[in-house]
Amino acid sequence: MMRYLGEMLSYPFMVRALAAGVLLSLCAALLGVSLVLKRFSMIGDGLSHVGFGALAVASALDLAPLAVAVPVVVAAAFLLLWLSASGKMKGDAATAVFSTGALAVGVMVISMSTGMNADLNSYLFGSILAMSGKDVALSVVLSVAVLVFYGCFYDGLFAVTFDEGFARAAGIRTERYRCLLAVLTAIVVVLGMRMMGALLISSLIVFPALTAMRLCKSYKGVLAVSACLAVTGFLAGLGISFFYGTPAGASVVVVDILIFILASFVGWCKKR
Amino acid sequence: MGTLCLACENVAFSYENQTVVSDLNFSVEEGDYLCIIGANGTGKSTLMKGMLGLKKPASGRIVLGESIQPGQIGYVPQQTPAQRDFPALVGEVVLSGCLSGGLGKGRKRRLAQEKLDLLGIADLWGKSFRELSGGQRQRVLLARALCAAQKLILLDEPATGLDTEAAEDFYHLLLHLNREHNITVVMVSHALREAFAHADHILCLSHDGYFFGRTEEYLESEEGRHFYGRCRT
Repeated sequence: MMRYLGEMLSYPFMVRALAAGVLLSLCAALLGVSLVLKRFSMIGDGLSHVGFGALAVASALDLAPLAVAVPVVVAAAFLLLWLSASGKMKGDAATAVFSTGALAVGVMVISMSTGMNADLNSYLFGSILAMSGKDVALSVVLSVAVLVFYGCFYDGLFAVTFDEGFARAAGIRTERYRCLLAVLTAIVVVLGMRMMGALLISSLIVFPALTAMRLCKSYKGVLAVSACLAVTGFLAGLGISFFYGTPAGASVVVVDILIFILASFVGWCKKR
Repeated sequence: MGTLCLACENVAFSYENQTVVSDLNFSVEEGDYLCIIGANGTGKSTLMKGMLGLKKPASGRIVLGESIQPGQIGYVPQQTPAQRDFPALVGEVVLSGCLSGGLGKGRKRRLAQEKLDLLGIADLWGKSFRELSGGQRQRVLLARALCAAQKLILLDEPATGLDTEAAEDFYHLLLHLNREHNITVVMVSHALREAFAHADHILCLSHDGYFFGRTEEYLESEEGRHFYGRCRT
């Protein structure tokens, strides 16, 4: 076992993937609890498609990928929230429009610039080689931001997630929480999608939270269990990916699904 | 004259560019029990949002009494479907009412426990919110509102989705809080029988004006007799 681990960690790209992945899973899991409970589960999926489009454009124009994708996805997150809050378009419809629209633009740009090749594949399904040292540094900054957000604003965040009307009446600026949630989610999506894949990154946000909700009664418990499950799922998925040569993103998602099924079974047994 | 809690002065509200409430004047004093009734679309919910400070009136102003700070209004909203499967302990939900005032952890906890005691549900603290009955959930939300505000609570059709017995229990609890603990109650309600039996003031909104006055006065008015007759049949 230790020998395998040593072998895995002897590759610098694996160490980077491991470090960034663990931190991103942690952030995604914490944000995911709020997003799932506020019925924003699909937002991660919509944003990852926007991220795909942005990355495609960036690589066609030979620009730094993160410098293009982060602002574009953050802007898309704001626009989505604004559209659903103002009632100009239903949230799920807006997400579907963004999602397919950005995907189409991305595919068009890629086919015109480099032709359909391995690039497209690695954008859609992720590549374990994608994480650079810069990504790892950004992941550290991001996870500190998310942890500070949860630590300092825990009470307000709970109130806003549980009941926005009550929170507003009690004088909490709920829009600020929404915006912060949107920005952090957008950054997690952009950072994670190159390793996990545009089509799979939203599972990091949704699965751990859903699984934890089947196991825990308290909100604090859900947050803690969700974070632990996300990290465990990621490590197991990455291990499988390394030893069996399967794509990292898909392996992590499959592990998450198995954990979810197991937790559902445990939850069902507890209720009986 | 008692102490003023809340007053509307020449207030008008519009909703999607249509004026739903206009030139509304009424005041609520400490210890009052006001029921806001009226047909759908007459602006009850809009007025409620205005009193909570969530919506600015198109004209006129809503004034809070001197003893009430903005944000110190206890709001009991209608339960949303999302809340029914929300993973949280009762204690966590009630504590989320103790946001303003900058209390320490221990004081918050004591305040929350005190309100649960007051509503007779002290034993629910460690229970899961989503596993409670509808009536218990509503009591928990009331406890949370009482943590946010000591004197004034606003309720938006609090008995929606409760069975008859649970609704009756809840209305009696409100009456008890109002009479024994001098908590001012303002409620939007469709339950006319309870409104007329418990409230001391009625605000009835309709498309062509409104009535505001003591419950006895309302029941003697032509409109009141019409409504009362309907709820007795």
